[in-house]
Amino acid sequence: MSSAILEIDNLETHYGKIHALRGISFSVKAGEIVTLLGANGAGKSSTLRTISGLIRSTSGSIRFMGEDITRKPAHDIVKMGLIHVPEGRKIFKGMTILENLELGSFTLEDEAERKRRLDHVFEIFPVLEERKNRDSAFLSGGEQQMLAIGRSMMTDPKLLLLDEPSMGLAPFLVQEIMKIIVRLNREGVTILLVEQNAKVALKLADNGYVLETGRIVIEGDAQTLREDESIVKAYLGE
Amino acid sequence: MSIQDILLQQLANGLILGSFYALVALGYTMVYGIIKLLNFAHGDLYMIGAFIGFLFLSVLSPLIGDSWVGILCSMVLSMIAVGLLGVLIQRIAYQPMLSAPRLSILITALAVSMILSNAVMAFTDGEYLAFSTDLGYEGLEFGNVFVTYTQMVLVGAAALLMTGLYLFVHRTMYGKAMRAIAIDQDACRLMGIHVNRIIALTFFIGTSLAASAGIMAGAYYGSIHFFMGFVIGLKAFTAAVIGGIGSIPGAMLGGLLLGLLESFGTQIPFIGTEWKDVFSFGILILLLVFKPTGILGRTEIERM
Ligand SMILES: Nc1ncnc2c1ncn2[C@@H]1O[C@H](COP(=O)(O)OP(=O)(O)O)[C@@H](O)[C@H]1O
Ligand SMILES: [Mg+2]
Repeated sequence: MSSAILEIDNLETHYGKIHALRGISFSVKAGEIVTLLGANGAGKSSTLRTISGLIRSTSGSIRFMGEDITRKPAHDIVKMGLIHVPEGRKIFKGMTILENLELGSFTLEDEAERKRRLDHVFEIFPVLEERKNRDSAFLSGGEQQMLAIGRSMMTDPKLLLLDEPSMGLAPFLVQEIMKIIVRLNREGVTILLVEQNAKVALKLADNGYVLETGRIVIEGDAQTLREDESIVKAYLGE
Repeated sequence: MSIQDILLQQLANGLILGSFYALVALGYTMVYGIIKLLNFAHGDLYMIGAFIGFLFLSVLSPLIGDSWVGILCSMVLSMIAVGLLGVLIQRIAYQPMLSAPRLSILITALAVSMILSNAVMAFTDGEYLAFSTDLGYEGLEFGNVFVTYTQMVLVGAAALLMTGLYLFVHRTMYGKAMRAIAIDQDACRLMGIHVNRIIALTFFIGTSLAASAGIMAGAYYGSIHFFMGFVIGLKAFTAAVIGGIGSIPGAMLGGLLLGLLESFGTQIPFIGTEWKDVFSFGILILLLVFKPTGILGRTEIERM
């Protein structure tokens, strides 16, 4: 329990009258890959958006590395090392790949460290280096996802929230992205992975939670979830 | 004068006029880019810039005179003061309206415009103030065309400010953040960018550029008036739309283009100086019909 890097307790979030999260509790231990599954509209993105501070919860609490961040503004949460790669990538189209990456290290003052992180990103994604001065609007979907992940690495994350990184990608690219997630995890980054693609996510996760209309309906270690055909059929649509 | 001389003379006039338009258009476009607000008070901040510059110059001229040194010092001080006023207006009037319907913030901007111009009218009794300076009439002759040093310094100062802005926006982290916010605010927050701080910075820079144009115009034309910001506000808006609203190079280009078009336009037979404004707004209408996104604008366009 004490090794939990992220602890969510009874979290509720509204959009006006829409009750998107109806009391969610879970935790992520340092070094783990945890996946949040569920159908479209279940509340996965809302969970991540509430954790990263993009939207305010109406009740409940979020603790990151022991500190209560429930009411902290998003830009301060980032400085603690909790980085959210949002649904749809949200890269800065119209700016170059290099500029996108530099913005990932906005809070960093140390130029040498910026260069070091940039080299690390380019080592993992050589394709980004080749095109670093090109407008990011012209990247393919897979490359945009790589840029979004690369940009988050520029912030030197301790915990990475990834919202459907496989969305809209061809199967071989999905495999590519999943390999990178595992690599980042081995390098010490804790991962909270939101996916609709349950099969793919449960393959690399340690633990999983299934969301349905703003509630957690199933939780367990990934292997159990993977092997329980009825769960996969009932909630994960395959 | 030969036809070349006339064209050259109009080129010089057009560049000066265009520099003023460009400096004001930049603020319009930057604020629009970042919070999608057409800041109707922007022309009034240009006017306030002229008046505050005038005040600084009256205080400073016994010490450092009212030639270039005095004017440039007053300009810098006025830019800082008006820049801060711009930030204050943003905080008090616009910030609370950001989540309200688009029309509310537009009406707020109109109200701010009226408050500013009426305040200055009340203080000055609606009179013209003579902006007396000691700039001299020396200059250089190019063929039959005479360009004063004043004109050269004005265009030079405008070019310097715009180059500075360009470098800031492309080379510094804050400048890049400013462009990024115009693209996606939420993504910026996820990079640790304090969005409200960058918005304040944008207002500061945009309004101080307008103030610089205000004091330069005051010194160049020799008088200032509470209403001086109205037409140039509209012209600068036109320039920003011509260049593609939201685009910084577009505002520079649109401003210079509009200045040149107006100044050459007065040379077309039957279109005298009095038709100048009809000419610019005619161009705006044509552009809105044929290329609504402007010369350098992005293709998606939002309805106001
Ligand atoms: N910006 C929003 N405004 C209003 N309702 C929203 C908004 N975003 C999401 N919702 C609603 O909240 C619920 C959860 O959505 P979301 O978190 O996006 O689900 P998921 O990511 O699992 O697909 C849905 O009912 C959705 O319609
Ligand atoms: Mg989602």
